[in-house]
Amino acid sequence: MSSNGNKFDFAGAMKTVLAACGKALGWTWRKICGAKAVQASLISILIGMVAGSIIIFFSGLSSETLGIKAAWEGIQLVFAGLFSTGRDSAGTLTFGFNPQLMGNMLFRAMPLIMTGLSVALSQKTGLFNIGAPGQYLMGTAATLLIALYLPTGTGEALQNVAGEWITHGDTVSAAVYGAVNTPLVFPAWLVWTLALLGGMLAGALWGAIPGMLKAWLNINEVLACIMTNWIAANLVTWVFDVSALKNAVENTKMGYIYKTTFNGVQTSKLGLDQLLPGSQVSGGIMIAIIFAIVVYILLNRTTFGYELKACGSNRFAARYAGIQDKRSIIVSMAMAGALAGAGAALYYLAGNTEFYWETSQSLPAVGFNGIPVALLAANHPIGVIFAGLFMSMLEICGQKLKDLTAFNEYITDVIIAAIVYLSAFSMLIRMLLNRKSKKEGLK
Amino acid sequence: MDDILAILSSSSMSFLIRQTLLFAVPLMIVALAGVFSERSGVINLALEGIMIFGAFVGVLFVYYNESIPFLQEAYTGLKTLSAIKVDARDAAFTSQLTEYLLSTQGFSLVAMLVTALCCAAFSMLLAFAAIHLRADQTIVGTALNLLAPALVLFFVRLLANQNTLNIAGESSSWFMLKESYFGFGVKLTRTTKTASMGFFGQAFVNQVYPMTYVCILLFVVMSIFLYKTRFGLRLRACGENPQAADSLGINVYRMRYAGVGISGALAGIGGFLYATTTMSCSSNGDVAGFGFLALAVMIFGNWKPGSIVWASLLFGLMKCISATYTRLDFNTDGIYELAELGISKYIYKILPYVITLLVLAFTSKRSRAPKAEGIPYDKSVR
Repeated sequence: MSSNGNKFDFAGAMKTVLAACGKALGWTWRKICGAKAVQASLISILIGMVAGSIIIFFSGLSSETLGIKAAWEGIQLVFAGLFSTGRDSAGTLTFGFNPQLMGNMLFRAMPLIMTGLSVALSQKTGLFNIGAPGQYLMGTAATLLIALYLPTGTGEALQNVAGEWITHGDTVSAAVYGAVNTPLVFPAWLVWTLALLGGMLAGALWGAIPGMLKAWLNINEVLACIMTNWIAANLVTWVFDVSALKNAVENTKMGYIYKTTFNGVQTSKLGLDQLLPGSQVSGGIMIAIIFAIVVYILLNRTTFGYELKACGSNRFAARYAGIQDKRSIIVSMAMAGALAGAGAALYYLAGNTEFYWETSQSLPAVGFNGIPVALLAANHPIGVIFAGLFMSMLEICGQKLKDLTAFNEYITDVIIAAIVYLSAFSMLIRMLLNRKSKKEGLK
Repeated sequence: MDDILAILSSSSMSFLIRQTLLFAVPLMIVALAGVFSERSGVINLALEGIMIFGAFVGVLFVYYNESIPFLQEAYTGLKTLSAIKVDARDAAFTSQLTEYLLSTQGFSLVAMLVTALCCAAFSMLLAFAAIHLRADQTIVGTALNLLAPALVLFFVRLLANQNTLNIAGESSSWFMLKESYFGFGVKLTRTTKTASMGFFGQAFVNQVYPMTYVCILLFVVMSIFLYKTRFGLRLRACGENPQAADSLGINVYRMRYAGVGISGALAGIGGFLYATTTMSCSSNGDVAGFGFLALAVMIFGNWKPGSIVWASLLFGLMKCISATYTRLDFNTDGIYELAELGISKYIYKILPYVITLLVLAFTSKRSRAPKAEGIPYDKSVR
């Protein structure tokens, strides 16, 4: 570790840490690449991306304005969009290391990892948590309410546009501005922590509802989750509609809620922004990784986790063995909800994203995308980290596709859907792989 | 008594009936789609996705064919005909009107047929994975629910350069019936008009899409088909006890393919109907959770067409109230009763989902799902 004088060198430290991570990654890679589950996932990914490329290819060919060149560019971006550096003066695509995209990938992976963990955890208990979008939304609402209503007295608003804010005379400005006069001011770190916990709690409550319906009344959790999703979508819209948190200051931000930085609440960057300049990266990614490790330990190293998994394998056998299956189901769904809520909290507490509050007609894609993340990772909490990174890479590729070509970002959703479709019969792929390795063994 | 009669025959009431049908019929037909799939033994969570796909295919078909000369002629013809004075309407007028109406409505039937075929093909993705690859049906359904909006939006963006595929001009109203065709509400002189349609006309004819009635008819026919034919009995047997069905020489795989295929066709038609009637024939990769609501209607209706009718009417009414409560004025005193209650509009929006949950909670004990649904059929297992 290098250190210049008495100032702690974050960037240097991070580089050392990353190098160590790289070594660990290499080791893990060697260890897991033999695993059938990983091979099955890699095959799904490959087929999914090829399917996306084929669609691009044919839609490019059949279009009058596009052509084979545009199609080829599109396919290049699907596979290597993460390393795109735009177009050069001649108009050809250029590729190279792009710290901004890299950082954005880490940033977007953060909520995906959390919703992926949410789905994976519930899958381990034999429940299909399609309610992650609703839990995510409830987490968003709770987080933003806490982070914006508890005054810290250090907000952007105070420092920059304080004078202008008073004339607007809405409650937030009063809450934030009033913080100067009132003695009731919370330290920013406390508000941050409370907001994260609040988001988790709201998500947990929202996850527990389908859990309880499943445990006590044996209602299919998929259906209950679908209903709670739409209830959450309307409820959250309602809450923000009557709240005073709608961004009224910036005209370009119609329909958005204030960033948490308006109240001076923000996740620490942990020096990652120096490492990957110009990106949205935040320290939240580290927290997400810690969450993944905690879930791994919980599931594999504790009695509690064992009980959850036993319930997932055979609820009735577990009950016979003295495990409280109903409690396990409820707790599992609540924890899944808490993880999804935490994902929302980390995403919005990063401070550089705004929440579009009129969600009553649509559910956040990041919630649904937890499903492919968990499926790709074969419900392994550590695998979820990599699956989340991969999915956010796909999103970046889609963004680049939209920015640089006539195609659009929805092709990545097609690829994701194809991957989910394929992972539904990952058993079959694994079976084929087994057969292949047996044949090789015979030779 | 007079008050109640007045309320029941008010224009708000006919408006309410018309709007409720608008929401209820797609729910009904898509719920029946779910019945066909589930009673053959395959869980169809992809109803939402298939609806989205169906809406897109149907709208795309109209989009590509709207400039066909005879359709354009029919449409402009209808416009001029509806403006003709009542006393000038003779036999030639009637035959012209019939011809034009047949053209546009026939076109809508063709569009429905194309949609049905495409969506049956789309649902084969589910059938193949669920029946032959023995995949997890919940996950496959979810995959299709992700796939449909993604594909639709990808192509819509390429075609229209925006997120919604709209039909040019007013062709979205091609498929709508208007009272003026039948001599109601037509200009007599500069200031006077003939009388508007009465209560029944307002509720069931004026501004109504005949497609809705086609779907009701289809619902009845398919329900009879499921219960009163040999094929229907066999299909249901495959969802209850496929081993027994197989031992009697029924090909379970083929029956399940048929079940999912019919399911896809019906759900697609439902999606197209929804897009035509409530989104004025546009496609944006979204049907606002109607497919999932139809799933709830199906369960609420206990997988039986008869109960599904009532369930979908109830849900349709709630959806309709949440969409239109600000315009409901039952005793025509200029006060919008429901809006006056001061209840937040979000309550009305949340209500259908909360009631679904409550209904599920109270009926879960007597809920009777097909016994073999969701379990891939394996010949070698007894």
